[in-house]
Amino acid sequence: MILLIGIGNPDRGDDAAGLAVARKIRAAAVPGQVIVRELIGDQLALLDAWTGASDVYVVDAVCSGGTPGTIYRFDAADALTDRFRHRGTHTFSLADVVELARALDRLPRHLAGFGIEGACWELGAPLSPRVAAAVDAVTSQLLKELKAGV
Amino acid sequence: MTHGTRISRSISVPALARVEGEGGLEIIVENGEVAEARLDIYEPPRFFEALLRGRRYTEPPDITARICGICPVAYQMSACQAIEDACQASVTQEISALRRLLYCGEWIESHALHVYLLHAPDFLGYASGIDLARDHPDIVGRGLRIKKAGNRLMEVIGGRSVHPVNVKVGGFYKAPAPAELAALVPALDQARRDAADTVEWVAGFDFPDFDRDYEFVALRHPAQYPITAGRVVSSTGLDITPAEYDSHFTEFQVPHSTALHSVLHGRTYLTGPLARYSLNSGRLPAGIRQAAAAAGLQATCTNPFRSIIVRAVELLFACDEALRLIQAYQPPDPPAVDVRPVARTEGTATGYGCTEAPRGLLYHRYAITGDGTIADAKIVPPTSQNQRAIEADLKDFAATRLDLEHEKLTSECEQAVRNHDPCISCAAHFLSLRVAQAHRQGTSKAQAQGR
Repeated sequence: MILLIGIGNPDRGDDAAGLAVARKIRAAAVPGQVIVRELIGDQLALLDAWTGASDVYVVDAVCSGGTPGTIYRFDAADALTDRFRHRGTHTFSLADVVELARALDRLPRHLAGFGIEGACWELGAPLSPRVAAAVDAVTSQLLKELKAGV
Repeated sequence: MTHGTRISRSISVPALARVEGEGGLEIIVENGEVAEARLDIYEPPRFFEALLRGRRYTEPPDITARICGICPVAYQMSACQAIEDACQASVTQEISALRRLLYCGEWIESHALHVYLLHAPDFLGYASGIDLARDHPDIVGRGLRIKKAGNRLMEVIGGRSVHPVNVKVGGFYKAPAPAELAALVPALDQARRDAADTVEWVAGFDFPDFDRDYEFVALRHPAQYPITAGRVVSSTGLDITPAEYDSHFTEFQVPHSTALHSVLHGRTYLTGPLARYSLNSGRLPAGIRQAAAAAGLQATCTNPFRSIIVRAVELLFACDEALRLIQAYQPPDPPAVDVRPVARTEGTATGYGCTEAPRGLLYHRYAITGDGTIADAKIVPPTSQNQRAIEADLKDFAATRLDLEHEKLTSECEQAVRNHDPCISCAAHFLSLRVAQAHRQGTSKAQAQGR
């Protein structure tokens, strides 16, 4: 069984990209193929969210100054790049949580995922068009990999 | 400084894009002395005040919870209290107790995060909580275990741990069943033991001698250690209701910060754990007072570096209090009282709310029309209130350390900021320190650059 975790804030525009992918996967995946979870807010909760899972995908929005809609792939076998690191008010970035999990020996056997470069982070805004297209592309790719992994 | 040319140099940490939270620090050195220390903050609550105008009186608990991911309950509780005050409504004892229990969850979550992952690394020579975890996974694991107990409490009562959805004006949408809360007891018992170990652990850290002459401001409740209610008191004798807050406290803008500064009759003051403890330590249960004394705390604490001990003591108290409240729990029935705007054809009714967020006093004020529309809103978060005290700390602290290497000075100044757990703590871990050397005309460049 594969665990897919979409991360984001549903109220802040493109920050909802990871959640959008999770919802599309939930709607499209074959039942029993994948467990889908949505994580809103404190990313330290990832440590508990993936406890017991060995194969985990994570999808999150990225705000690194790149072209909106750009898709970044990561595999936690290596440290995540600075694209997955951010500063916030008491929030830990995905890169921080992965490194914390590595230090605590709480990383899943296989952890990989995607980041989607966002453009708009306004309260209440919808996904911007290029990010919405990237959400579809990541969803398609994940469905292929999920199918191959079953 | 006003007569001199300025030669400056800066250390910059790579600036990464982010959605919220930004902090910077600038220290102006003039003739070898610190002339000014400025904490620059970008913080969004002002936007929320404008957003609230024109909304229904029932909406602030949900809207203001979005201001902060780490203390949403504080915003919800201050908002509910203020709106219920405007509507002349009172909640039942059962609802009050459940609110206090929910708030305990937030204190546990917030304090565990700050003590273990943000503040302790400073004292132990680590750059971050991640580095601390590499060498001491059991210790960081203990902190995360405590935090998880707080998260679970918020999930069960609030519906989820971030931006709880079960809170409404008048109470809750649904009261948890006693069995749901009873199921949390084993984890909270463990958290209480872990918190007791935390007090002992942080008491062993080395602290610089840096006692301050703070004017403390916090809530004071007749019987309890303050969380959800009380009068606003200070160490200089202020003793007022939340409704009188605006007559004594003034907010104003400064050029270097988008967060307003706040003063009490023109004076700098401090809110937060040091203030709360120093004004209320006698209201802690005997067992908690004993733990505080064993950790070396007196009845008051004026050294901001020792705030980590105070936070650990409050962590222990919050676990203890949560267990007490669960044991005494009676589900409120109904889970919320009916709260309606005071009927009026013109004008507004104003209500006031003050609660103790993990990092200090949080004030809300709402003016509500007869049809339930919010005409005006004011929110004063603790970080705003503490900015001047933090800057004063920085100025005096840096003055004794100007001979340090720039990197070391930066690190120690960051720690001085983190003592107060401002809502930019994560940003403060990447604080960009700018030491500007100013010298009066005629001073040689070499002298001006000398530190």
